[in-house]
Order: sequence, then structure tokens, then C-alpha cells
Amino acid sequence: MQRSESDQACVMDENEIDRTLVRMAHQILEQNKGGENLALVGILTRGDILARKLAEIIYQIEGIHVPVGSLDISLYRDDTCIMNFPQLRGTDILFNIDNKTIVLVDDVLFTGRTIRAALDALMDFGRPARIQLAILVDRGHRELPIRADFVGKNVPSAANENVRLHLKDVDGYSSVTITRINPGERIGSAPIGGDHE
Amino acid sequence: MNRAANKNKVFDHKDLLSIDELSAEDIMTVLNYAKMFEEVNERTIKKVPALRGKTVCNLFLEPSTRTRGSFELAEKRLSCDTVNAGGSASSTVKGESLVDTIKTLDSMKVDMFIVRHKYAGTPYIVSQHTNAAVIDAGDGKHQHPTQALLDLYTIWKKKGSFDGLKVGIVGDIVHSRVCGSLVPALAKLGAEVTLIAPATMLPACPEVLGAAHVTANLDEALPDLDVVYMLRIQMERLEEAPFPSLREYHLLYGLTKEREPLMKQDAIICHPGPINRGVELDSYMADGSHSVITDQVFSGVCVRMALIYLLLGGANDEISA
Amino acid sequence: MKYLLKGVRAVDPAIGLDVQRDIVIEDGVIAQVEASIAPTEDMIVLEREGCVAIPGLVDVHVHLRDPGFEYKEAIETGTAAAAHGGFTDICSMANTNPVTDEAAIIDYVIDKANEAGHCTVHPAGACTKGLAGESLAEMGDMVAHGAAAFTDDGRGIQDAGMMRRVMDYAKMFDKVIMSHCQDDGLVGKGQVNEGPVSTKLGLAGWPAAGEEVQIQRDIVLSELTGCPIHIQHLTTAHGLDLVRDGKARGVAVTCEATPHHLVLCDEDITTTYDTNLKMNPPLRSKADNAALIEAVKDGTVDVIATDHAPHAAFEKEREFELAPFGITGLETSLGIVNTYLVEAGHIDLNRMVELMCINPRKILRIEQVTLEPGSTADITVFDPAAKWTVEADGMYSKSQNSPFIGFELIGKPTDVFCKGKLTLEDGVVTA
Repeated sequence: MQRSESDQACVMDENEIDRTLVRMAHQILEQNKGGENLALVGILTRGDILARKLAEIIYQIEGIHVPVGSLDISLYRDDTCIMNFPQLRGTDILFNIDNKTIVLVDDVLFTGRTIRAALDALMDFGRPARIQLAILVDRGHRELPIRADFVGKNVPSAANENVRLHLKDVDGYSSVTITRINPGERIGSAPIGGDHE
Repeated sequence: MNRAANKNKVFDHKDLLSIDELSAEDIMTVLNYAKMFEEVNERTIKKVPALRGKTVCNLFLEPSTRTRGSFELAEKRLSCDTVNAGGSASSTVKGESLVDTIKTLDSMKVDMFIVRHKYAGTPYIVSQHTNAAVIDAGDGKHQHPTQALLDLYTIWKKKGSFDGLKVGIVGDIVHSRVCGSLVPALAKLGAEVTLIAPATMLPACPEVLGAAHVTANLDEALPDLDVVYMLRIQMERLEEAPFPSLREYHLLYGLTKEREPLMKQDAIICHPGPINRGVELDSYMADGSHSVITDQVFSGVCVRMALIYLLLGGANDEISA
Repeated sequence: MKYLLKGVRAVDPAIGLDVQRDIVIEDGVIAQVEASIAPTEDMIVLEREGCVAIPGLVDVHVHLRDPGFEYKEAIETGTAAAAHGGFTDICSMANTNPVTDEAAIIDYVIDKANEAGHCTVHPAGACTKGLAGESLAEMGDMVAHGAAAFTDDGRGIQDAGMMRRVMDYAKMFDKVIMSHCQDDGLVGKGQVNEGPVSTKLGLAGWPAAGEEVQIQRDIVLSELTGCPIHIQHLTTAHGLDLVRDGKARGVAVTCEATPHHLVLCDEDITTTYDTNLKMNPPLRSKADNAALIEAVKDGTVDVIATDHAPHAAFEKEREFELAPFGITGLETSLGIVNTYLVEAGHIDLNRMVELMCINPRKILRIEQVTLEPGSTADITVFDPAAKWTVEADGMYSKSQNSPFIGFELIGKPTDVFCKGKLTLEDGVVTA
């Protein structure tokens, strides 16, 4: 895999993402001894899509529908004072999370601050039996003592690089890419609808 | 980042001093955000840490329990620290000027002022003496923008759109700060507003507010209306009343069971509260299927959360890490 | 002291004068008016080529606030402001504390003004005791002590019967009754002109009718009693028609317009709720501005008066509805009139002199001065081309509540002779 300074490098293509999700679904079921009492909560944006994909795969394997919710952690961020507020997209958890095993799903695990916020947010919805974390890409650079229970792929990255997931459902193509951050560019998820930078 | 210079903000305002500052798009942004805050208010734990560490001063120089309560709940559910100023024990009662009151409170490092006063233009004066954000919570007979926004939110949820919507406002228009905000906002969003009142209750030039029609006849107007907005009769000031008696007002302008057949099946009834039962509304209509009066109260908390959130942080179009 | 005013354009329609002249002022009177006068050793020479000399400006409507409200204005500062504005004579209003409703207060005002020495003050006495509109004030005694006119300005007389009694009684002194027309029942707590602006800003309306019903009443009463009536600060198009009709019928009615009612309108009041745009009567519509200018041209309006109404900053720096009515005007009057009426081509300098010098003297029944030898030396000199910006700092008035701060004006008083004394020299008030 070649990486020039400004080029973006593809670290996962569509097939690999799909295969990885299937593996992760199996791991989740194996770890929890089936899909009973399980629920998936995806973090906006794209974590929610991954959660729906995982639920679909779980249905294909086990024949059961696990509840899926989406979580907007905007209101729980610890950087609201220094950063610009992200746009609210709304939380949508239409089931009772009490005493359930909740699998939090996100695309890229980086500093861990998003997960910290998501844990706080989930706690405000009730008292789950346990919370597990499923991540498609772990890029390292943790700032909080957080690790994922299910990791699709470890992608070592530099601090000045961006690791982004695009999904066919919303972006028209699926891939995980790694790019050097240009001055003024944001770190984090790409805007929905594809990265046209 | 300089907030004022941020082109990415979905809501680029520092204050809300009057509804006229908001474009139709801005209003819809507030309503959309209110919709997302509805969910927070339905939770067991009705609180998010979004504005932790922000201080909001509720400067209510005119008594108000409803509006202040709604603001306080909104602030607390966003995790703001709140301080209440004004009221009968305040320094203004002891002769302190408004400007001195603001300077004093501002020195305590407040992030936002919610201002209610019985004199028009007070929020503007406040904004001139602080860098904090300022929200008009009702100034004299001028405006009451958050009431208008919660009314709009309630109407929007029930009707889905404002375009061509026929809204009738009945009662003491000239003394209504709600009308000062609601009529222009409805007009801006494409609704058609009819003011229904005797001339003693109308301002000199209702058209400048954006009213499309003015009539003294409720029965003639009622069949066309999608929304019937009943204003409160100020029972406190009956000696200078612009009508002969409560009885006659009720006869001519009261929304009663007898008038229900004149209304559209799906028409809704709004009222800013508190209701005078038997005057502007009878109990049958106040509690009946057309009434959305309690929805308005709930809308108030959601809309105020949205507004405080948008003003104190601002929302960015993009997502950051 | 002997002064030589050199090279001025002397304008005085009373004697048909409009030509360049040198003027010698000596012992309180005009000694010489010639095409060219050679200076002598004993003369102080004021080279004023390009400037205009006119009979001294008179303002028939000034609130000096003294006694009682010296924190807003004192006779010393108010008269200094008058001199700075080019005035030689002003008529002070009676709403002082105590009210100027007896001879002792008339004496106080005149004595204090003489002591200050900036301009001649002709106090107006109150029509009714304490401005209460209930019983006649001692007008006869006040006349004996120098009251120039009578007015309950600031309140107005609400009861038509009382107004008739005032006029019937005042008639014997040959003094004018100056009427502040405001029907309390119609005006109530009115803040701004009733119309689009009152609606938009949520402020109680002060309807034109609230002024017009009393204008009509007073004209009718003047007709009934024969007492001359002067309508103060007239603001509405219909009010002007009433005066026009009265004059046509031969009624002894005169009226004044203020610079601010000629130039500003209610639309200038916006959501900033600028309290320096709050005065009584309120700013009216643009159409009223135009009607007033027309009436200034056709002679319906007799005088320009400022209604100089100083208020302390802390009183104006508050909620619009709580701030007091009134603005200062002495120091901007000439500049506004020259810029917006003369330079704008509505009137010429002769008409300006009638409005600001000749007619006010007629109304106050004071000596008519002229620019000819032998006349009392009340002279205003101004530079008609001087461009200047109104600034709060440059004012002599104790208060700066002027809506004209920041305005660019053309025309500024340079020198004033008041009874031969140089009270303003090169734009600076003399000690």
C-alpha cells in the first residue's frame, strides 16, 4: 500500500468492509451467546448505519431482530465550549435499554471522547446490564481509558492524518481512507453525502 | 473561533431582541431544533450536559410565573446554571436604574440574559451594556418572540406547513406583545393572518404588523380559519376596558360551544394563557378536541431549549471530532 | 467698547436691507452702517467677510429649568447655550420648581440672566397657579415685573372654561397666551405619533387629534375673547390648516414650528428606542414634515422656536416609556434652519430673519431691533458656508440630549452682540 504525502490511501474497500462486518456480527453473537437481550446503538453519523447493517447480518445468522437505535452525542460533548457545536440530528432509541446488553457501534475509534460522551448519554436513557463497544476501525491515539470489545481493523495512523469511512448507503461508495490533514481541515467523520474536499 | 464571523453556523445570531431579526429559514431552524429537544423532555432523566458551565440570568422586571418557569426548565435541562433577578425584592424597586442593574449583573460574568420588562425596548438596552447573549422574554407592548416561536412550533406540528394557512387572532391586539411577534412571523412564513377585534382593541396600523385582514365580526371570519388564536382579556385593567362588559365581550368574541359548528373540523385553538374561562373561551372549547393549549406549554420548553442552545453555542453545519 | 464689524452681508427685511456693509457698534447701539468704514484706534475690528449679519435671533420657547432643576440646566448654562446658538433674546418657560407663577420668580429669572450676561431673558409666566389649570396666576404682578407672555407649557390647560378665563383676563395686559396643545383624554400615556411606528414598536400612540382638538379650541376661544393666542410647537398638517383658516378669518393666532419637527419624523424612531427622539408633541409623519415646510414658506408658521428642553443623561438613558419628553435645541437651531430650509431652497434669508428675529419679537411684544444706526445693537453674525458636525462635547448646555448629534450642518453663528455687548466671539461664548 503506497502512501504519498498528499494522496489519500484506501485502507479498506467495500468488500473488506462487508466481510469485516460479517465477522464482527459473529463475534458479537459468540461473545453474548446469541442475540437474546441484545440491542445495537449506533453513534451518529455512520455508526447508526453500521449498527443497522450489523443487525441485518445478525438476522441472517440467527433469525432474530435485535432492536437498533441511533444516538446523537452532540449534547454530551466535552468540547462544546472550544469547538463549534455540531448540528443536532436527534437521538432515536425507541426501546427500553434497562437490563439489556447494549452494543455501541461507531465507525472510527480515535481519542475515545466520543465514546465517553456516548456512555454518558446512554446512562441518561436507563440502566443497561452492560455496554460493549464495536468499532469498524481503531486508529489509536486514545486520550481516555477506553477500548473496543469488537474491532474490525486496526489502522495505525499519525496524529496529522484523518481516517474516514464512507458508505454506499449515504455517500455512493464504500471505503475507509486515510488522508493527511490539510491546514484548516477538520478531524473526524466526513460530511454525509461524500467527501468532496 | 469568532462566533459572529462563522459562516458555517446554522443560526448566526447573538441575541433575540425581536422576531424581525429572524428570517423564515432561521425560524424553521429553531422549530427543527425544538423537535429534537422534544425527545430530551420525554426522557426519565430530562437533562443533557450540553451547556454545562454556562450561566443564564433570568432578569424578570415584571412578574411572570409561566414564562419564567418555562425558561428556567429549559435552562436547567441544558445544564445551565441559572440566577434569577428582578421581582419585588430587586434593586430596581429600590430605585436602581436599569442600566446600573445590567452593569452589576454583567460584572458577575453571565453568559445570557433572559429579559422581561413592562417597557418596550428593554432587551435592546440590556444588549447595549453586556456582551452576553440577550433573549427578549416580553418587552412592554412590543414583542414576545419566544411566545411566537412556541406558537409557531405548535401550529407547525399540527398543520405541517404555514403556506396559505389561515390564522385568526381574536381579542386585545393593541395591548398584545404576542401579536407584535406572532403576526409578522406568520406573515413571513406565508400564513394569512386575520385580526378579529373591535376598533378599540386594534393598533393604529395593523397592516404594518403583517395582518392581511381586519374584521370586527368573529362569526364571519371563523369558517375560514385553520387556526383560531384567542388572546387573553386583561382582567386587571377593566376600568379602562375597551368593551362595555365581560358579558358583551363573551357574546361577541367568546369562543363557545355554540360557535363550534362555524369552525373547520380540523381547526385548532391556541391561547397564550392563562385562560379566563367563560370570557374568551368557554370550558368546552378550552378543553375540547380543537384545543392545543397544553401543547403550547410543552412547546414552550422545547423551543426555549432550542433557542438557548443555538444562541449559547451555535450549531455548526459540519461535524467536528 | 467700540466694535467694527467688517465686510458682512447685512440682511434685514424690515428695512429692505441685503447688501455688504461695515457696522460700528458703540454704547449698546448701532452707531454706523456704511459700505466701508475705516477702522480707528479705539475700535475692536471683527473681519467677517463672507458672514451674514442679521437682527439678533430670538427663541420664544426655552426651558431654562432654573429654579428647581439646575441639574438639567441653569440660567447661566442655558443662556450661554443661547449665545452659542446665536440668540440675543429668549423666552423662558414657567414649568420650573417653584413654578414661575408669581413676580418673585420672574425677578429671580431676570436677575440671574442679567448676572450671567449671555443674552436677554424674557420670562413667560404661568397662566394658572402651579400649572394646575385650576385658578388664575397673578398675571398683572408678573407683567409689572417683566413677564413677556403667559403659558402653561408642559401641561396645557385641559378645561376649556379655564382657558377662556385665562384669555379673558390676560387680554388687558396685551400679552400673548402661548398654548401647549395636548388633550389629556386623547393623549393619555402616548409616547410616539399614533400610526405605523407606534404599532410596530408597541408604544402607546399620541394621536395628531390630541393636538388638533385643542388648536381648534384655542382659536375659537381667541375669537371669542379677543386675546391673542400663540400655538406652540405645532406639528400636524391638519393643525396648520386650522391656523390657516383662523388667520384667514382675522383671528389673532400665531404659531411656531420647531427645527426637529421640520426635519425629523416618527420613522426615525426604530427598535433602538432612542430617547433623544422622544419629545412632546412627538415626531410626526414625513407628510407632516412636508406640510410644516410648506407652512413655513406660505407664512402660516410665524416663528421657528426650539422648545429647548434639557434633561440629564441619567434621565434619558433608560426605558423609552420612562424617559422624559424633550430635547435640547438652542445650539443647533440656526444650523438646522440654514441647512434644511435655506440651503435646501425652501426659503431665503429674508424669510429666515422674519421667522427667527422679527416675528418672535412681535409675539413677545419686545423692542423690534433693526440693522440701522440708532437701533439697539442686538445682532447675530453667522457664517452661512461653515460646515460643521454637531458634537455633544461642543455644547454649552448642561445637557446633551440632542437628536442632532452627528448631523453635518451648514451655517454656524460666529458672533453675537446683545445690547452692544459681544456675547459670542468667533464661535466662543465670552465670559
